[in-house]
Amino acid sequence: MSIAWPVPAALALGLFLLGLLGLLTRRNLVFVLMSIEIMLNAAGLLFITAGMRWGNPDGQIMLIFVFNLAGAELALGLVLLLRLRNRLTTLDGDAADLLRDTA
Amino acid sequence: MNAVFYAAAALALLTTALAITRSNPVHALLYFVLSLLFMAVIFFTLGAPFGAALEVIVYAGAIMVLFLFVTMMLALDKLSLRRERDWIAKPIWMVPIILVVLLAAELARPLLSLHAGLQAAFHIVTPQAVGIKLFTGDLAAVELASMLLLAGLVAAFHLGRRQ
Amino acid sequence: MTLLWLIPILPLLGATVLGIIGPALGQRASAVIGTASVGLAALIAITIGVEWLHHPPPGEVFNQTLWTWVSLPGLSVKISLYLDPLALLMTLVITVIGTLIHLFSTEYMQDDPGYSRFFAYLNLFVAAMLLLVLAGDLVILFVGWEGVGVCSYLLVGFWFSDPENGAAAQKSFIVTRIADIAMLAGLLLISTQLGTLNIQAMLAAASAQWPHGGMLPELAAALLLIGGLGKSAQLPLQTWLPDAMAGPTPVSALIHAATMVTAGVYLVARTHVLFLLAPEVMRAIAIGGALTLLVAALAGLMQSDIKRVLAYSTMSQIGYMFLALGVGAWSAAMFHFLTHAVFKALLFLSAGAISMRLHHEQNIFAMGGLRGRLPAAFWAFLIGAASLAALPVVSAGFFSKEMILGDVWTYPGRVLWAAGITGALLTAIYIFRAVFTVFFGPVATEPSGAYGLRILLPLALLGLAALTIGWLETPAFLGGRNVFSGFLSPSTGAAGRHVIPLAITLAGCIAPLAGIAIAFALHRAGFWRAQANRPLSELGRLLRSGCGFDAVYDALLVKPYLWLVAGLRHDPVDLVSIGLAGAAMAAHRRLRATQTGRLRRYIAWIAAGSVATIAMLLFA
Repeated sequence: MSIAWPVPAALALGLFLLGLLGLLTRRNLVFVLMSIEIMLNAAGLLFITAGMRWGNPDGQIMLIFVFNLAGAELALGLVLLLRLRNRLTTLDGDAADLLRDTA
Repeated sequence: MNAVFYAAAALALLTTALAITRSNPVHALLYFVLSLLFMAVIFFTLGAPFGAALEVIVYAGAIMVLFLFVTMMLALDKLSLRRERDWIAKPIWMVPIILVVLLAAELARPLLSLHAGLQAAFHIVTPQAVGIKLFTGDLAAVELASMLLLAGLVAAFHLGRRQ
Repeated sequence: MTLLWLIPILPLLGATVLGIIGPALGQRASAVIGTASVGLAALIAITIGVEWLHHPPPGEVFNQTLWTWVSLPGLSVKISLYLDPLALLMTLVITVIGTLIHLFSTEYMQDDPGYSRFFAYLNLFVAAMLLLVLAGDLVILFVGWEGVGVCSYLLVGFWFSDPENGAAAQKSFIVTRIADIAMLAGLLLISTQLGTLNIQAMLAAASAQWPHGGMLPELAAALLLIGGLGKSAQLPLQTWLPDAMAGPTPVSALIHAATMVTAGVYLVARTHVLFLLAPEVMRAIAIGGALTLLVAALAGLMQSDIKRVLAYSTMSQIGYMFLALGVGAWSAAMFHFLTHAVFKALLFLSAGAISMRLHHEQNIFAMGGLRGRLPAAFWAFLIGAASLAALPVVSAGFFSKEMILGDVWTYPGRVLWAAGITGALLTAIYIFRAVFTVFFGPVATEPSGAYGLRILLPLALLGLAALTIGWLETPAFLGGRNVFSGFLSPSTGAAGRHVIPLAITLAGCIAPLAGIAIAFALHRAGFWRAQANRPLSELGRLLRSGCGFDAVYDALLVKPYLWLVAGLRHDPVDLVSIGLAGAAMAAHRRLRATQTGRLRRYIAWIAAGSVATIAMLLFA
């Protein structure tokens, strides 16, 4: 099989940008976390692509570490989400603006 | 093989786009899980079966499952769904789309300058190779990664306690 | 003669002691310390004078260098004392008359709570003045110059609880300060062009390097002259002297009659070699002196305060001295300085003696007929007035004024002589106006108290001197003696006076007599008395105010300056930094709006930022 290497890279870029789009647009914090996961996954794809380009296991090793990171981050993120919801009784990201500059 | 790759790629993009545009978070997550499965297929076609397996077992199977459980625990009702729909009205997408398109345009150029014609021979990187490399060369990183998990565990435990 | 350095040091020591522990010492001790320090200095000066007459030092010059103050590549300043006949004359006058005035003030100031402070300031003044006249270097002279200015300020504003006295002190200080700036500029010019400020070295260098009538000597001489004009209260810097009469009378006697105001005369006489290189400046000195003596004499005709009469009189007489300097008659100027110091101190002290018996009344129209009541004061004032008016033969002032008028007669155009003779006439009129108003006619205020020895002794000694000291230098028809100018000749050049027609000398004799006669006639007609009652005419008011100089300066200088100060009150220059601070604050307020606390907004900014950064990296 012969795929030109820009193609998987472009796919990774596209997925990343979709994740970014979701991050910029959605107010619900659940979607925010999900968009972050999308972006992490796209990065993982890029790693695999690079690894297979050079025929190394390094790509998949990095994938393992990316999953590692994603798992730890998601666990904490969800716990914080729950704490936030208990405090603000809403999942609206825009409601959590207590750090604004009160002019 | 190429056809499989391209099909899976297209479907991955489609399901991701669907995931970010749903108003029900559970639906969105399920679409995302689907996109992960298609990603696994892509990994397989690229010659990384171990990566594909990990994607399904670890990412879609553990991490996303955790996410789904917590989301369902949030018990979103009809009121919040209606509100969610208001939050994704059309005008809101305007500026983000502009930013993303700009970013795409900028990054397209270096992307296209990658050595396109280099069609290396297709080879598969076996799990054994990955394992050998991981536990001999990158052992330190493995230890660090496990420490990261430990940290996340402790923090999640502490933060999640009932006050 | 090696004790020369003690002469300025003793009063300085006295001032230090009195300044530090004066109030604790009590009146008697303060009086003793104050008077004794100047008295001892006078004794040393007299001893040196006697020694000088018997065996003068080689070259008629005695130098005593104490130490080197500044030693830079371009300039070297030594603390050196330079004694020559001119400096010796000044020293004797300052110390002897100073001692007499100190003695007088021990009784005059005895009811004043600031007794020891007074003597401390007075001693400090004498020390600074002595430093000025004994200085071998222009820098040291300037130190003394500034010192006397400070002491004048301190003493004029002695009774500082009255703000008017403080204002008078400030006026004297500020006007002389303006003059001092010019003098400092002159010193800078001289030091940069000639490389030294040692007086003799500077004069030698100036004669060698600078052309006669060239721009540099003219400029240097003019700048030094302006400094002298300010200190000596001559036109146009004379406005401070009448107001300086706010100080105690002994202060007026010592500072504003005998010594400080003659510092300008001394400066020109000391550096006359430089002035000889600047004929334009000399002409200006002569004309300025003539104008001053006329303006001041006219103003003196209209004054009602006895001290102000004497102040304008001082201004006028120093005008005579400058007139003499301007025509190159150095000895004549210094002779007039000597006689003026004696009779003006006498006049001021007797005026003080009069007012202290009349509860410090100073308005001449509130006095009258005191001839019988205060005989000592009467005779003292009369002798002083006679000397001031240059009454022929009997008074010392006659001889010195004659000498000046004689030397001025030879000046082309006779204009200056005409001014001098008119001035002599006016002088006699105004001083005898005061004499007749104060001592003749009905008694207006009854005196109380009595005089002590310390008041009478200085008056007596000064009176004696005012009668006899003139015989040091006599005109041809009275013997042609040249003791004084002979003594001064090493410092000033030629001795003796010019030969002039006898008619001119006679005119000089007649003028004061005519003036006395006019004053007497007007007194008899009640003209002077009537001045007190009826309001003054326009001309009268103008003359009384010192010919309007104060008003002109007020409009031209003081008001614009105060307007400028008021405008700058809110510190516009600071607006630059305040503006910067304000701009920063405004920018801060604008930028605050970006801190919304909203995650989406921040992410959007991050995305936009990365778009921009990547664009820069890719396309730059």
